Amino acid sequence: MSVRDKFGRPVVVVTGMGIVTSLGAGKSDNWTKLVAGESGIRTITRFPIDGLKTTMAGTVDFVPVAPFTSTGLSERLGHMAVEEAIAQAGIGSKGDFPGPLFLAVAPVEIEWPQRLELAHEVGGTHFTYDDLLKVCGGGKFVNYHHRFLFGSVADSLSDTFGTKGSPISLSTACASGATAIQLGVEAIRRGETDVALCAATEGSVNPEGLVRFSLLSALSTQNDPPQAASKPFSKNRDGFVMAEGAGALVLESYDAAVARGAKILGVVAGCGELTDSFHRTRSSPDGKPIIGCIRKALADAGMAPEQIDHINAHGTATPENDKMEYVGVSAVFGEHTGKIPVSSNKSMVGHTISAAGAVEAIISLLTLEHQLIPPTINYDIPDPAILFDVVGNKAREARVTAVMSNSFGFGGQNASLILTREPA
Amino acid sequence: MSETPSVTSAPVEVWITGIGLATSLGEGLDANWEALNAGQINVDEKGFAPYIVHPWAKVNLEAQIPKKEQRQMEAWQRIGTYAAGLALDSAGLKGNKDILSRMDMIVAAGGGERDISVDTAILNAEAEGNCTPGFLNDRLMSDLRPTLFLAQLSNLLAGNIAISHGVCGTSRTFMGEEVAGVDAFKIALARIAGGQSDIALVGGSHNGERKDLLVLYEFGDYNLKNEFKPVWARKEHPGFALGSAGAFLVLESKPHAEARGAKPLARLSKVVADRARRKEAGAVTGTLDRLWSALDVHDAPGAIITGATGAEPVTSEERAFLDHHKAFAVRSSGTRFGHTMEAHFALDLALAALSISRGALFAPGDSSGVESEMKEAPTQIVVVGAGHYRGEGMALVEAIK
Repeated sequence: MSVRDKFGRPVVVVTGMGIVTSLGAGKSDNWTKLVAGESGIRTITRFPIDGLKTTMAGTVDFVPVAPFTSTGLSERLGHMAVEEAIAQAGIGSKGDFPGPLFLAVAPVEIEWPQRLELAHEVGGTHFTYDDLLKVCGGGKFVNYHHRFLFGSVADSLSDTFGTKGSPISLSTACASGATAIQLGVEAIRRGETDVALCAATEGSVNPEGLVRFSLLSALSTQNDPPQAASKPFSKNRDGFVMAEGAGALVLESYDAAVARGAKILGVVAGCGELTDSFHRTRSSPDGKPIIGCIRKALADAGMAPEQIDHINAHGTATPENDKMEYVGVSAVFGEHTGKIPVSSNKSMVGHTISAAGAVEAIISLLTLEHQLIPPTINYDIPDPAILFDVVGNKAREARVTAVMSNSFGFGGQNASLILTREPA
Repeated sequence: MSETPSVTSAPVEVWITGIGLATSLGEGLDANWEALNAGQINVDEKGFAPYIVHPWAKVNLEAQIPKKEQRQMEAWQRIGTYAAGLALDSAGLKGNKDILSRMDMIVAAGGGERDISVDTAILNAEAEGNCTPGFLNDRLMSDLRPTLFLAQLSNLLAGNIAISHGVCGTSRTFMGEEVAGVDAFKIALARIAGGQSDIALVGGSHNGERKDLLVLYEFGDYNLKNEFKPVWARKEHPGFALGSAGAFLVLESKPHAEARGAKPLARLSKVVADRARRKEAGAVTGTLDRLWSALDVHDAPGAIITGATGAEPVTSEERAFLDHHKAFAVRSSGTRFGHTMEAHFALDLALAALSISRGALFAPGDSSGVESEMKEAPTQIVVVGAGHYRGEGMALVEAIK
């Protein structure tokens, strides 16, 4: 007898998870540090910070990539997370994962060290862009062609892990990780596949990456001490902290997982997404798209707001995001809002941008497993306008049966996931 | 609408009910159709010499994009947002808030253009000996326009379409060169056929007039140089000429289209994709053969529209596959429009649906012998896409009887 959800669809479960953040590699190391309230944010040492307004980030410095490229680091982090997830799931055989890959990855472009390399190849001064173009061909830089294709990270993961079919690389900005999971859930529900690999990776802490967000006034400038910079839901929050990391999940139909005797780590009960057309970087002031997104996730899971007993918030610590997340959540959850413990992992790991949705889904599933909610650190001056029950500074034991994980991004991207311990 | 879709047993039929095309050959379906049949090709052999590109045919942008929004975009976003508007017009959906507010969107996109003058100035300053630790940071902080980032982010084409046209059900952006376009249609079709979506806007855009893209493809010696030749005549000097096009389609479930009285242009019956292990010779031919057998293609006469790039060895491998289907009339869109990368599969699907709806295949584009006249009205057109470096896809577009 096959197990279906309320809507007659295959139930989608998680059987493997892998994670890398600025706190460390692997679930065990990350979980220990998360519940201890440790920060992975540090002063940047990868490149000079002179002249920058923001000088700290959640860089992953313990994974050497030489010569350094952000896309190269994304690839390495993706490999680490996927390897851990597949090993835990115990599915397929080495280099032969029996399903498709959905990969959230940052947009790719040629980076400054490579641009400088071209300039040095030209030599002299007073050269034009055409002069740079003239030295590109002939095979000397052939590896950069592949390195800076948008599909290159997915290519590498697909080659190594033997995922099936055409791997999909996607971006929905800061919601990308959640979208990767949603694509996997949908494919399993359609019955196209019994198993999917959903991964998300981010390695974008480079000078231009930092400057771009800085010029949009999106980043915290509270550089000293770096560990205290990310202050979700605090009155004195002033922006997000860029960070690197990766998350990977093996999703399976409940039936397939049970049939092969796999351990079920949790259930992806519902997914919601809704576009905000108000502005490129700002949420609609009425919060309607966020409200609609959360309602769609609840409807997709067939759950009432009262059944959610923890929110893993988007909680970037930008003045605007945290306020709008509260407006949206409180509109949907009403009086129940204050009864839901809310926490933002970004207080500790920073904002892993393309990877955040997957990283935070994994932390949500670990929260369900351990019945312990990681804290929102640096929560010393609560914002009086945000009446969440923030799990401030210290981890909290709680009965957690269903977690909502929110992701909201530039370009009006909103996505919410609902994760549960058992099939509803 | 299917807010919370349940499993449907039989796949829902998916219609193409709108097409938006803004290309190097012009704007709209009539202009592109006439230009194709007149054998027109719009290439610029001088502006980027020795490289050849297909420039975008200028349009009155204000017809689709408010002026204040145009200023927030770079060319690739304007091209795509413009074409998306044309697709909504074509489907009779422009301004239909009820439908647009729940319309799904999948965009195949690369990234936006660099500020070439800023990059060149910084590199020159460095070459002049400016190498203090904070040099690059200082220059980037002072020289980059704050909003340039938003014109470069891949998902901001979708964001701009949402803002300019109000398409705001859901929005997903697929990246990864040519096959991103295949996957965008594959997923949109699967979602509608599986009852997870009723209507979707799917497509992509590409601006070929970009030196930063020429740099990327020149690393692999992929750019067509010196002299324009049709795709099938490039074997001695392989490569692609970057093209400029926005191509969007409205995909819709048959019941949804019928309920609003929308007229279908064609049916999108199947989209398949794979990734050949190209290190092995013949892998692309083999993969294309397998994808073909996954489509339900009737016997000839039929037609094939391909986005063959002219790059090697993939174009030769594709020709070996085409040789297995010699009774089919072949058309290379790359000859006519250049290579529009992420947008190319959408462009080819648009040409297929347009041909089906007009009851004719457009005229052959070269004299190499690969493309032959087709007198009959095509009832099935296979769209083929093999990426210049990786990724293969195919779709079947059919007439609705």
